[in-house]
Amino acid sequence: MMKEMKRPERGKSLFRFAAPQLFYPLAGALAPWFAAAAAALTIIGLWLAFFVAPTDAQQGEVYRVIFIHVPAAWMSMFVYLIMAFWSAVGLVMNTRLSFMMARALAPTGAMFCVVALVTGALWGKPTWGAYWVWDARLTSQLLLLFLYFGFMALTEAIEDPRRADKAGAIIALVGAVNVPIIYFSVKWWNTLHQGASVSLTKAPSMAATMLAGMLVMALASWAYTIAVTLWRVRPLILERERHAEWVAAELDALEGKV
Amino acid sequence: MKPRSKRLLLVAGAVALLVGAVALVLNAFQQNLVFFHTPTEVAEGKAPVGRAFRIGGMVETGSIRRAADGVTVQFAITDTAKVIPVSYKGSLPDLFSEGKGAVVQGTLGPDGQFQASEVLAKHDENYMPPEAQHAVDQAKKAAQTVAQ
Amino acid sequence: MQWESWSAFWQMGGAAPFVWGSYGITALLVVGELIMVMRRRKDALRRLLRLRRAKAGGSGGRRAFEEIVE
Repeated sequence: MMKEMKRPERGKSLFRFAAPQLFYPLAGALAPWFAAAAAALTIIGLWLAFFVAPTDAQQGEVYRVIFIHVPAAWMSMFVYLIMAFWSAVGLVMNTRLSFMMARALAPTGAMFCVVALVTGALWGKPTWGAYWVWDARLTSQLLLLFLYFGFMALTEAIEDPRRADKAGAIIALVGAVNVPIIYFSVKWWNTLHQGASVSLTKAPSMAATMLAGMLVMALASWAYTIAVTLWRVRPLILERERHAEWVAAELDALEGKV
Repeated sequence: MKPRSKRLLLVAGAVALLVGAVALVLNAFQQNLVFFHTPTEVAEGKAPVGRAFRIGGMVETGSIRRAADGVTVQFAITDTAKVIPVSYKGSLPDLFSEGKGAVVQGTLGPDGQFQASEVLAKHDENYMPPEAQHAVDQAKKAAQTVAQ
Repeated sequence: MQWESWSAFWQMGGAAPFVWGSYGITALLVVGELIMVMRRRKDALRRLLRLRRAKAGGSGGRRAFEEIVE
């Protein structure tokens, strides 16, 4: 097992980036580009959201919360699924980088989950008449936040990184069941929360410019998530791989700069 | 205390808190899987007896009446099959209006009158500019006239 | 253009606290996360560099080593 750790594969396939030694510089090179894309997309998205998208007939201007609420809610669910995916890959293939990716994703997913809950509360008060109700959609989304917290607390608290990885992976995989529950809650049960405006199975029930603003903001949150995750995984790689020679060389270069 | 046992205590505390939170949430989830009952269910006696529950439906057109005291509102909530009269004292959400969705929480009196303690507006997932809404309304009206 | 004037824009049809509150809190959370990511990176690198110096047996290494062991 130690042998494969020491010598990263030098194959031509993309899988070679599963080696921390190769992924570390790649992540460093890619992150600024995704960050720049996130910034540019956010500016375009906000411009669409506030200056192009019209007033909503039903709700008036308050509906403009949708441009962050929905992308954040999507992202909070998607990040959890990606976390579960990396955890599964880590458990099956025994690749260290997968677990590091799962850990690097969690705080951003939790952040988006908080954004979805807070903006939802601020949107619910003027439209529904309540900041919070315990309907199936809101409750399952709150559960998602606790799953993120649980994942982070557990992986931080367990000292042995291998055991921490496994414990986190179990939370990630078991908790993934909650994601389809959140998504379909508005269909399966009667909720105060309205159904999906945008889905794969039907035409979106939104004016085109509103939809455009929402999708651009969703792309922005994608780019942001990728950038932040890459930035977060880099020091994690150095810490975990600190006994490797390439890390020593990397640290030599950093000496006196931090 | 040794740092190791201190950390163990911290972990145990965090886990206990988390388990408690998740249990509470799951409990709320189970209790509110049926967030509201429809007027038909209420008429069939499927609604819980002796405790507060919620009814969801449409505010019947032409049913809103404001009492002389200025705070009591009477309206009817319907799923087009059954109608339940509701009485409520307090402020209504902005989106509350006739022909629109609403969820009311309260208790059903022996006279069949629902005493609401909370009224929530339920809006749909359609977002469109006022002009488009106007066009949709016109089209609906036209379709109704044709149907009649 | 959707707005008659800038003041109409800021008033958001009377929903200003809810709309701007949502966007404001989101901006704070995003900026906060970015700061935390940068800080964690710095902390991690400093710790690693200290650990290395401690191993090399340089001055001040003893304290750093104890910190890490603890």
